[in-house]
Amino acid sequence: MSKIIIETRNLVKTYKVGDMEVNALKGINLKIFEGEFVAIMGASGSGKSTFMNVIGCLDQPTTGDYFLDNVLTSKLDKNQYAEIRNQKIGFVFQGFNLLSRTTALENVELPLMYDRHHRIKDPKKKAVEVLERVGLGDRMDHVPNQLSGGQQQRVAIARALVNEPSLILADEPTGNLDSKTSVEVFGLFQQLNKEGITIVLVTHERDYANFSKRIVELRDGKIIRDKEIEKPLTATEELEKLKTAEVNQEIS
Amino acid sequence: MKFKSIITAAIKSILKSRMRSLLTALGIIIGVAAVIVMVSIGEGAQKQVQEQIASLGSNLIIIYPGASNSGGVSRGAGSINRFTMDDVNRIKDEATFIKYISPIVRAGGQVIGGVGNWNTSTQGVSPEYLDIRAWKLSSGEFFTDKDVISRSKVCVLGSEVKKNLFPNDDPIGSLVRIRNVPFKVIGVLEEKGQSAMGVNNDDLILAPWSSVLDRLSGGRYINFIQASATSLAQMPQAQAELTKIMREAHKIQSPEDDDFTIRNQADLADAATATTKVLTLLLGSVAGVSLIVGGIGIMNIMLVSVTERTREIGIRLSIGARATDILVQFLTEAIMLSLSGGLIGIFLAFGMGYILNNYTSQPAVIQPAIIFISFAFSGAVGVFFGFYPARKAANLNPIDALRYE
Repeated sequence: MSKIIIETRNLVKTYKVGDMEVNALKGINLKIFEGEFVAIMGASGSGKSTFMNVIGCLDQPTTGDYFLDNVLTSKLDKNQYAEIRNQKIGFVFQGFNLLSRTTALENVELPLMYDRHHRIKDPKKKAVEVLERVGLGDRMDHVPNQLSGGQQQRVAIARALVNEPSLILADEPTGNLDSKTSVEVFGLFQQLNKEGITIVLVTHERDYANFSKRIVELRDGKIIRDKEIEKPLTATEELEKLKTAEVNQEIS
Repeated sequence: MKFKSIITAAIKSILKSRMRSLLTALGIIIGVAAVIVMVSIGEGAQKQVQEQIASLGSNLIIIYPGASNSGGVSRGAGSINRFTMDDVNRIKDEATFIKYISPIVRAGGQVIGGVGNWNTSTQGVSPEYLDIRAWKLSSGEFFTDKDVISRSKVCVLGSEVKKNLFPNDDPIGSLVRIRNVPFKVIGVLEEKGQSAMGVNNDDLILAPWSSVLDRLSGGRYINFIQASATSLAQMPQAQAELTKIMREAHKIQSPEDDDFTIRNQADLADAATATTKVLTLLLGSVAGVSLIVGGIGIMNIMLVSVTERTREIGIRLSIGARATDILVQFLTEAIMLSLSGGLIGIFLAFGMGYILNNYTSQPAVIQPAIIFISFAFSGAVGVFFGFYPARKAANLNPIDALRYE
């Protein structure tokens, strides 16, 4: 069996909204192994965002334990949380969340600036490297609003990769993209996953979840289904299908 | 984050919105420039006053006849004693802290000579007078003790008198008639300008006191005595000594008041300097208030900036920035804004100083200290007013910050 990246034990998260207590997570037990591509699914209010915040070390669970890369995170302080986000997690958001008026290269370099251990000796070289890896070698000096949505999301993915994290956490990464670009982005995820990077995807669209290898479904703060996908969709095939559909449309 | 990247990030962020940054820094620019210019004007005024006082002779002591103060009791007419040469000679013989001494005998009146006539004051003095007043001749020579003994009818013209009677010619050797008594001009004084009280120093004629006493004022009384202490430090001893000698000379018993007044130039200088110092302080603090107002402007804009950039803060937090990193980032921006404002303010102050010195009569003396102080103060303003917004930014919750629209 390969290494466990994420392990949660009876994870509970309770919010207080006025006098009401909202139980967003009601005891979640989940293990994610190295090299997996997991989609977390659920309707809004299912607790998937809260779950993502907790495993992304943006938020602490009320009770329960969360091990990331065999480190118990629930007892860490704010600064240690920041360090984990910097070193072990790469975020990809729905809204890309790039710094505006800042070039792609500078955006990708940013996480390395906050690395107190300076693990990567030459930040610029590394940033160039990952940008080339996501296919943006020729767009490095462009600022976000000179790039298309798909390109912006690639920059964001490059930024997530630059610190060589244990885990990439993608929150609705294609929510703002058209279907063709979305499939392309999933193609990139699949490629990265093939290279050995663990990816956890949060989405509410089953079509896209099918690109992953395993789907975990949440409802009302609990896991209701957790199953491997026998035959995930491949982005290359889906792109072909889209093209044929386009051609057919033009003919008719 | 490394120091260099913190600074570059701050500069980039400031340059991203140039106009806003400039307007924000404007408060500091004006504040710093105002502090420097105001204090420099104060310093300039101080220097002006000091120069005027120094032009009178810094060790100068003047002894006037009459009570120093009546102490609430009016002294009857005739109680005011007048000085004679006996007083001067006695001081000359007995005083040890007095270097030079001269009687002043005044005689006003019309002076005829050269191209016309002029009304001025003729003063009978001793040859030491020039040393007392730290005055020099621009041409010719001064009269000597011999002229005093022989009551020579010689005189030295002030530059103003020379200008009016001999506008184009060299007056030396010419005769002028002072109240119809002919005097030979043997020298001309250097121009000294206005005194601190606004009297034109150059509108006078100097002559041997004996000649003026005998031929013009007609009597034996002298108007007052000017003397010069051996040094500025010995001024108090000199004054005490003079008081003692004069009391003895005038046979004044111990409970009685002096019948003369001793004034010294240093006291006057001190008083004037103290006044201008207060003025400098006042001007400086009024300008300092504007610097603080500028700081509030920075705080205001930084608070807006934190709100506007909430999402950016969220992004930075999510990729691993610590609260301290965010704090340092915003604080650095505030400090850079205020320091660059300070720098521009210093240049502005130099420009205004140049204009004041070259195109107005109000001099400005820019001291290095005030440049340093106001620059440091602008930095302190940045730290003080930048801290609250920076802390607000640093304390943001990453989840809320990321979701902020």
